[in-house]
Amino acid sequence: MKSADYLIKGVSLPDGTKTDIAISDGVIASIKKGFKGEAHIVLDGSECVVLPGLVDLHTHLREPGREDAETVLSGSRAGAKGGFTALSAMANTSPVADTAGVVEQVYRLGQEAGLLDVFPIGAVTQGLKGEALSEIGAMADSVARVRVFSDDGNCVSDPLVMRRALEYIKKFGGVIAQHAQDPRMTIGSQMNEGVVSARLGLKGWPAVAEEAIIARDVLIADHVKSRLHICHLTTAGGVEIIRWAKARGIDVSAEVTPHHLLLTDDLASSYDPVYKVNPPLRTESDVHALREALADGTIDIVATDHAPHPTEAKECEWQEAAFGMLGLETALSIVQKTMVDSGLMSWAQVAERMSIAPARIGGYENHGQPLVAGSIANLVVINPTQKWTVDRDLVLSNSSNTPYHGHELPGVVTHTFYKGVATLINGNLTSIGGK
Amino acid sequence: MRHLLSIADLNKSEAISILDTASELARVSDGAVKKLPTLRGRTIVNLFAEDSTRTRISFEAAAKRLSADVINFSAKGSSLSKGESLKDTAMTLQAMGADAVVIRHPASGAAQRLADSHWMSGSVVNAGDGTHEHPSQALLDAFTIRKHLGMGGSDLTGLSVAIVGDILHSRVARSNVLLLSMLGAKVTLVAPPTLLPVGINNWPAMVSYDFDSVIPHVDVVMMLRVQQERMSDLFFPNVREYSRYFGLNSDRMACMKKGAIVMHPGPMNRGLEISAEVADSARSVITEQVTNGVSVRMAILYVLLAGGALEVGSN
Repeated sequence: MKSADYLIKGVSLPDGTKTDIAISDGVIASIKKGFKGEAHIVLDGSECVVLPGLVDLHTHLREPGREDAETVLSGSRAGAKGGFTALSAMANTSPVADTAGVVEQVYRLGQEAGLLDVFPIGAVTQGLKGEALSEIGAMADSVARVRVFSDDGNCVSDPLVMRRALEYIKKFGGVIAQHAQDPRMTIGSQMNEGVVSARLGLKGWPAVAEEAIIARDVLIADHVKSRLHICHLTTAGGVEIIRWAKARGIDVSAEVTPHHLLLTDDLASSYDPVYKVNPPLRTESDVHALREALADGTIDIVATDHAPHPTEAKECEWQEAAFGMLGLETALSIVQKTMVDSGLMSWAQVAERMSIAPARIGGYENHGQPLVAGSIANLVVINPTQKWTVDRDLVLSNSSNTPYHGHELPGVVTHTFYKGVATLINGNLTSIGGK
Repeated sequence: MRHLLSIADLNKSEAISILDTASELARVSDGAVKKLPTLRGRTIVNLFAEDSTRTRISFEAAAKRLSADVINFSAKGSSLSKGESLKDTAMTLQAMGADAVVIRHPASGAAQRLADSHWMSGSVVNAGDGTHEHPSQALLDAFTIRKHLGMGGSDLTGLSVAIVGDILHSRVARSNVLLLSMLGAKVTLVAPPTLLPVGINNWPAMVSYDFDSVIPHVDVVMMLRVQQERMSDLFFPNVREYSRYFGLNSDRMACMKKGAIVMHPGPMNRGLEISAEVADSARSVITEQVTNGVSVRMAILYVLLAGGALEVGSN
């Protein structure tokens, strides 16, 4: 028997059973206790949990157009560090990813970076303007094989455009990922509308502006029998609508970001724009509703909405600052802190919400696969017993707008394997990958 | 106390101490020589990223009466209008050795950003930030109320104040609610529901949509300016209807308590939120607010830069 490329010894599977995992030729060669063969690299997994490689359905990689904030390569590095083996590049680049040309470019950049799979998301409408449909079919048929379409950053607010988009993607089993934000109710909005915005004199972004769009769109999706995904759900009311829609059999899925599982709107009291994000941080009771909904499956997945911005976009007055925060390198730790350590979810559920379900929604082959011999070895190994302190000066992203600077978080991503090759070993990026 | 960013930065005794210091300084202003040497050699910058002639000249007069050197830095014609960031402006002021920056800015929180950053080391005085706060205005309003109606005590216990108008967008209202309630006054906010913020329920104030039912019971009616841009943004059907329900005219003034006063932070829209007859009536203390503004701003600069309150009765 030839020696394995890697052997992870004594690691816990998501269900808690201990095993050895041997990886060879890109696949899981053996997954059972007491592996007898040789291995080039042997890793001690005794304090660790292994999960299928994380899959992010919502990432802003900024390339093309804002390479000062992030590139496909720098975002891939941040992703590998955070335990991801697949990212979904949002369409709001410059130029917008509304043609086959742009999505193929982003896909190719991902392949060249070689640290994980980058699946481009196509724009629903030309230029994200919400008016005319983009080249949806051409993007679906391109090398990038786009299945997820989103105007994220903007809401597809015209109900007729939304209806047509939902209908059109049925042709190839696509999904529309809606950024639910009624634009008229949120003109100039800066933060969650409530007690804190009243005190701070910052223009409110009311929960109802999100909930009204979700309610409308689940009804449209039901009517045309198509597939809808709700991006970054933030409100207790939105959770109720999704719960109702699922009970009714509507084909809707929903995501929550790590930051909405932890942070609340009172952080805006500092006027520090590192906490400015769209949709905004909500209240404590929203956070609890989101956690419960993620635990009971009403919310299907965690997605980062990783949104890098250059320093000057945040080093200014709140209302001048850009919306968004980094997420890739801290996502798993925040989920451990809010969901696992709190007893709400098991590691098996983390695997479902952060890998299996997002891969299913996006139609990403070879991701979120069962941990069995023969599966493509897209894996992450995490040590949940260790803690680490976030330092914005040490992130691998090109930007440093993390809201967790100085926070001590549980859970260290120790190894990430992409197609059977380690991209991260003992917390350090390996030298694989292009460029 | 290093900065004055929000009334929430003050406790009751600090607020009263500023008012007492202002009383002492007002006596100086009444004398033949209006100047004190206290801040000689200190540099105060008026950083006005938003036009406000009255607040700027009030702070300028206050600083000059304390013998400080004053630099005015206004939006128009300055680097601010050329897109320079707040950070670069602050670092420039730091490099020039500003001991204090009095900042007026259209962005809520701009003063706090300046104070919390490491861009400059001087004191920051918030002279109005967006729709957040305007603490010096609230202090001069409290000073004016105490002077007219104070029951002899140092605070405003026992008094009722109505603040009427666009509460949603008013930094004057936010600062006054915090300060007047801290000083013991009972505050009622009067506005159409569209101009009250969602999330107002935990403010230390009552809310009414009915001006007429409030008027006979208050000692102070403080009118707020209706901004031009609100008139076309669905907050109320039209200007005449607003004026009919929430304007202070002679009829309403006739229902006021004996001795009750009328205030307005200015600039007024005569004929809209306040009629000319009311603005110019004996109940109006509006020009006196302006006068008191200088004394109160002297007191703020004194407390921040001269390291403490002026002893009552000292020179």
